[in-house]
Amino acid sequence: MTRSELIAQLAASNQHLRQPDVELIVSTIFDEITEALARGDRVELRGFGAFSIKKRDPRTGRNPRTGTAVEVSAKAVPYFKPGKELRERVNGGPLQAPARKPRAPSPVG
Amino acid sequence: MKTITRANLAEAIYAQVGLSRNESAALLETVLERMSAALASGESVKISAFGSFIVRQKGKRVGRNPKTGVEVPILPRKVLSFRPSQVLKARLNPGQSFGPDDDA
Repeated sequence: MTRSELIAQLAASNQHLRQPDVELIVSTIFDEITEALARGDRVELRGFGAFSIKKRDPRTGRNPRTGTAVEVSAKAVPYFKPGKELRERVNGGPLQAPARKPRAPSPVG
Repeated sequence: MKTITRANLAEAIYAQVGLSRNESAALLETVLERMSAALASGESVKISAFGSFIVRQKGKRVGRNPKTGVEVPILPRKVLSFRPSQVLKARLNPGQSFGPDDDA
């Protein structure tokens, strides 16, 4: 699924909204998350997951091709930790009691 | 450091789009649910200028209870990972250069 497919799905299930509004809704969500992280805030969406930033110290890296040492400056990297509910859905059911659907019986004979 | 929640995102939609607060909150929920449903079906979700949510299949391996040392099998499972786009990384590190935005 891409951003535009998400927008198309949202537009299809909300026909009273104009297309530019649907686009604005989707971009507002991701822009707000981005701006929050840029301020150093954390974004917590229960059941879905949490976005935060992790600080990386400056380090001396190496150009893998030439072997020359390069200074890599400190940076902030975004991190997403999936929520419990989403983790379980992705893995096909709650972890404690795997609620997997029984397989369809294979045709005999 | 503040924590941003659904309420803050719904409020932003309300302010930007001019829908009611209730509808703004419902639309945010729909977006999260559509993304979750795609991921639950094993499909990746690529949001340009933000990042990609990717479902990875992990194979079976032998784990160990760190306290007792007893070996326990870790069954094959699917895990979700997030790969930030170059645009997002650049936004969090003003003034630093990042590579071309090759992947979402």
